[in-house]
Amino acid sequence: MTIGEPWINISIFGAFVAVTLVIVLRASRNNKTAADYYAAGRSFTGPQNGTAIAGDYLSAASFLGICGAIAVNGYDGFLYSIGFLVAWLVALLLVAELLRNTGKFTMADVLSFRLKERPVRMAAATGTLAVCFFYLLAQMAGAGGLVSLLLGINDRLGQSIVIIVVGGLMIMYVLVGGMKGTTWVQIIKAVLLIVGAAVMTIWVLAIYGFNFSDLLGAAAANSDAAVLAPGVQYGLSDLSRLDFLSLALALVLGTAGLPHVLMRFYTVPTAKEARKSVVWAIWAIGIFYLFTLVLGYGAGALIGKETILAAPGGVNSAAPLLAFELGGSILLGIISAVAFATILAVVAGLTITAATSFAHDVYANVIKKGKVEPNGEVRVARITVVVIGILAIAGGIGVQGQNVAFLVALAFAIAASANLPTILYSIFWKRFTTRGALWSMYGGLGSALILIVFSPVMSGAETSIIKGVDFSWFPLSNPGIVSIPLGFLLGWVGSLLSRNDEDVAKAEEMDVRSLTGLGAEKATKD
Amino acid sequence: MSNAAPSTSAEVFTEIERSRPFRRLKRKHRSFVFPVAILFLLWYFAYVLLADYAHEFMATPVIGNVNVGLLLGLGQFVTTFAITTWYVMYANRELDPIAESIRAQYDTDESANHEDVTA
Repeated sequence: MTIGEPWINISIFGAFVAVTLVIVLRASRNNKTAADYYAAGRSFTGPQNGTAIAGDYLSAASFLGICGAIAVNGYDGFLYSIGFLVAWLVALLLVAELLRNTGKFTMADVLSFRLKERPVRMAAATGTLAVCFFYLLAQMAGAGGLVSLLLGINDRLGQSIVIIVVGGLMIMYVLVGGMKGTTWVQIIKAVLLIVGAAVMTIWVLAIYGFNFSDLLGAAAANSDAAVLAPGVQYGLSDLSRLDFLSLALALVLGTAGLPHVLMRFYTVPTAKEARKSVVWAIWAIGIFYLFTLVLGYGAGALIGKETILAAPGGVNSAAPLLAFELGGSILLGIISAVAFATILAVVAGLTITAATSFAHDVYANVIKKGKVEPNGEVRVARITVVVIGILAIAGGIGVQGQNVAFLVALAFAIAASANLPTILYSIFWKRFTTRGALWSMYGGLGSALILIVFSPVMSGAETSIIKGVDFSWFPLSNPGIVSIPLGFLLGWVGSLLSRNDEDVAKAEEMDVRSLTGLGAEKATKD
Repeated sequence: MSNAAPSTSAEVFTEIERSRPFRRLKRKHRSFVFPVAILFLLWYFAYVLLADYAHEFMATPVIGNVNVGLLLGLGQFVTTFAITTWYVMYANRELDPIAESIRAQYDTDESANHEDVTA
């Protein structure tokens, strides 16, 4: 099945890529120092950065994944958007400003501030890399599905080639642009995505005379009456209900531990601007999710569950199919280009986060113990970008066909288990120790990874990544309900079981700096 | 590598940590963010549990095809926006002035913080 005219889709997409590349090249001319490359010289305003955060956050999972989940599973898909949104309150109230005031480039800067630096930095970098990797896989799955729909490519080889092309483009973006270029791409893309979704939302509502109830009625009539209430996907058994709870926990606690989101707080000059940017992001993201509610039910009503599931790209193709239904090839081309650019931009943001973490935390501070030659760190970051690009391409080929929102929820579970406990403890609990941090980070990360490997996601179910074998023993598809409490518990127990020989003066300094912004990194002069 | 600002020594931080204005700032910050965080998490999980275990209740129609579940879900959006606005107002009014006055008092060297690659 081929939807629309492939050449229209490709030319619109090509034009978009050309425009953004020009902007990246222009913006990157001033990349001189590490602060420029990683933190965009700390020169962005709150609203600019907020839009970029929204751009980072509204990935393929939010657009393709949530629209598809609502179109197919109705109300159960709605939970994703609620969890993804409410999670921002954790970031706003407990993390964003305090982190901006304390750190420099990466999450590890904050976590190792008052604890023993090298082991904690190493653990934090490991967590960062793991989360980025899972998040990247999800984006790659989205890219594969989207393009296979656009070009009518159904075979695995064709989709794999597409993923290789996306990976190549992404490596170019990040190598050339650094954080400043990436931030501009995020801003442009966020605006396009929100405007595109708004247009489609109004269009869908207009078809139903701006009566939301009628739209719901049509969705129920065309797909399944059960889509209006919870339970279609997760209400089947006690186990699936528990899975829903696990997912909800991971969603709400994951955001504040996502390294690529945390890194965005460093691209603004002050904590106050960090606050402003989170507020902007919350409004933009919240409004976008309201659109996806309409788009998801709209796709259910106008296209129907069966057609969506039968299309190339499966559940992830609901939004592009809806665009074609509404505005033919041209709207499909535009929306797909926006969705594709979304993936590209998010992948770039994730890659640069992982590269920064490796270069700054592992290479500069652990391997070289802070003694790197000028530009050595940036050079390592660039090499890391290439390596991560290759890994993401390989992984993306492996997870083709999975729901993107579901895959991203795994990254959220890892972030909430491995990163969030240590972030909160080190900011708010003076008695927290290095042992607590290491137990919590490695324990949370390890348990989350192990539970994913031995869950139905990997083997033993129809939709598993590895087909034909069954080595699963953990029944839930999201590990959050076990690994998140475990991460918190290990941090607490580990701290209580260690001598309190941490640097008291450092703890006091962190306390003061996090709340007052005294001595925080300033914007570099441009 | 040292995270300390070159202009402010460890003793100064200890001094600030024990000062009255800082204690007040810390109390005001925590007495807002902790209760509010507990509140919105309780409300979120109450909603999730209802969606998970009370399908009948959530499916009760209210206006046309719009049911209790959808209204509660949209309620999560409303409370998120409301808490965001509330916190910003609170921080601007109650937290920022204290933080600013502490910074003004102790930050003697505003411009000495330019980082280089290895910092």
